Amino acid sequence: MTTTSIGSGRGAARRRALIGRAAFAGPGLVYVTAFMTVPLLLIATYTVLTRGRFGGVKWEFTLGNFAKALDPTYLSILGNSLLIAGITTVLALLLGYPTAYGISRLPRQWQAVAIVMVVLPFWSNFLIRTYAWIVLLNSEGPINSALVSLGVIGAPLDLLYNRGAVIAGLLYAYLPLVILPVYAAIERVDPQLQEAARNLGASKARTFWDVTLPLTLPGTMIGAIFVFVPSMGNFVVPELLGGGKTVMVGNLIRDQFLEARNWPFGAVLALSVVAFLVLLFALQAMVARRINSAGPRA
Amino acid sequence: MTPSPLLRISHLSKRFGQTVAVDDVSLEIRPNEFFSLLGPSGCGKTTLLRALAGFEDPDSGTVTIAGESGELDLLRLPPERRPINLMFQSYALFPHMSVERNVAYGLQRERLDRAVIRQRVDEVLQTVGLTDKATARPAQLSGGQRQRVALARAIVKRPRLLLLDEPLSALDRKVRAEMQLELKRLQHEVGITFVVVTHDQEEAMSMADRIAVMSDGRVEQVDSPVDLYTRPRTVFVADFIGTSNAFVGTLTSGGVMVPGIGMLPGQSVSADAGPEVTLIVRPEDIRFAPTGQAVLAGHVIDVQYFGGASTVAVRVEGVDRPVLVSCQGTTTLARGDATGLAWDPAAAVLLEA
Repeated sequence: MTTTSIGSGRGAARRRALIGRAAFAGPGLVYVTAFMTVPLLLIATYTVLTRGRFGGVKWEFTLGNFAKALDPTYLSILGNSLLIAGITTVLALLLGYPTAYGISRLPRQWQAVAIVMVVLPFWSNFLIRTYAWIVLLNSEGPINSALVSLGVIGAPLDLLYNRGAVIAGLLYAYLPLVILPVYAAIERVDPQLQEAARNLGASKARTFWDVTLPLTLPGTMIGAIFVFVPSMGNFVVPELLGGGKTVMVGNLIRDQFLEARNWPFGAVLALSVVAFLVLLFALQAMVARRINSAGPRA
Repeated sequence: MTPSPLLRISHLSKRFGQTVAVDDVSLEIRPNEFFSLLGPSGCGKTTLLRALAGFEDPDSGTVTIAGESGELDLLRLPPERRPINLMFQSYALFPHMSVERNVAYGLQRERLDRAVIRQRVDEVLQTVGLTDKATARPAQLSGGQRQRVALARAIVKRPRLLLLDEPLSALDRKVRAEMQLELKRLQHEVGITFVVVTHDQEEAMSMADRIAVMSDGRVEQVDSPVDLYTRPRTVFVADFIGTSNAFVGTLTSGGVMVPGIGMLPGQSVSADAGPEVTLIVRPEDIRFAPTGQAVLAGHVIDVQYFGGASTVAVRVEGVDRPVLVSCQGTTTLARGDATGLAWDPAAAVLLEA
């Protein structure tokens, strides 16, 4: 008798705990399911259907959309996107890591100021900021006029509407996204670990290489993914700063849905980008686990 | 007889803003000594330790260490070039490296031969009894095991001087007692000079050859544990080391005249005690005495039994704190009993008030 009542009491407690947890997680979960998981499942379904004549899909099974994605034209666009996103990410890391490191070495009160400065651009519209780059880079823009008037160059350079302009725009847009997680990662490293390395005979540079860098690697990879992912999928920057000459996967996907009206093919492209990102996150998780094997630092 | 010091700290000072963390500290640490820096938290002992390791820049003063070719100006060397190793309070083990890689790290920085490193790491892991944990990560170890890895990582470098910052504070009581013995044994075995920072007077007393008691950034007294206990030189030391009863009064030829209580037994050993003195008497030096022979009278307010000994708290009219008396075994006294107290004049220590 007693046992049963205790058991059921415990069951009730567990149910209450579950309901409590659901109440907290519920709204977020519903939102994500409704506006993320369902569309993703739809996209996944579209990949094996036939295109409708005026957009949409016909419910006829086919693998042709996947075969089409392997066409050299599209593969080269994919390769181009990878290259642009890759270069952007590398540059963002090269610029962002030292910035984050520098911020973490500032006095406490200045760190907060610096972080606000880093996210300040987010307060104005992305599109407007990207337009500003057109003004900045065009042949009569301030960069070219300055260089010409200083006599560094004879005639204005073609800074706009090329791959370099796209990379510059993406880098500008996503640099804060690498600085923030790297800063957080550096802040989490126990300064005593760096002191321990020095004490054991490591120079400052050696300490950075052996202790700081490996311990901040998971955070750095998160930063890299934060830059790589939206760079890869971006279609505004290539359109505005690439002048339509530089086509990236993002443009291609948008065109398939809105102009070519080939939804299934657009879905294949979208899904392949998603698959690629999942792969990246898996890689990050693996590295993080290797570095912090057996849990967080004690 | 005293060997020439290994480490000589002269007039070292360090301030942070308005606070003086280390205030004109001079100390000499002898080779192969087990030295302890003892003091309450905030007394500057950790700052002093960090200055020796090179993580704080002192504002003034010098530190020299005896080297093969004469004295070495320690403060001019960057942390990585000092012949000193530090065992951190948090142990600061590299979480991304295995136990053996943690231990090997310092030797790799010396660019030693791979085989030599291998051998020395194996040896030291054997010394601290962690051979079977060589490939484990720090997170997989217990507190005591981590402490031993930290120790191994420091001693494998064979430093001239090993600094230990509260080495036992993260351990629970039982492991702590074990590690105290272990530390002493290791110190003997490896023949390295140890400087241990601690706030735990029992720990310092049980392990150290000599102790520097620090308070407010200053060194109050440097002595052997026995001398610190029997001959404290300041009221702070008398109070901090062990338990003591203190009475403030005026020194006369017949003893110490304490206002409101009367004449208490005590004699001046040195001339430096002025007319105003604090009389210190340890609980075990006080005995119960019949009226007539007693110098103080009061009644028992508490009896605590500790197995081998008992402590009796006696309320004496005119004294703020109860007078503590310890006696062997049990006592027949109970709460409320009236009793007299007495002690030998020689057992009392007189200090400048």
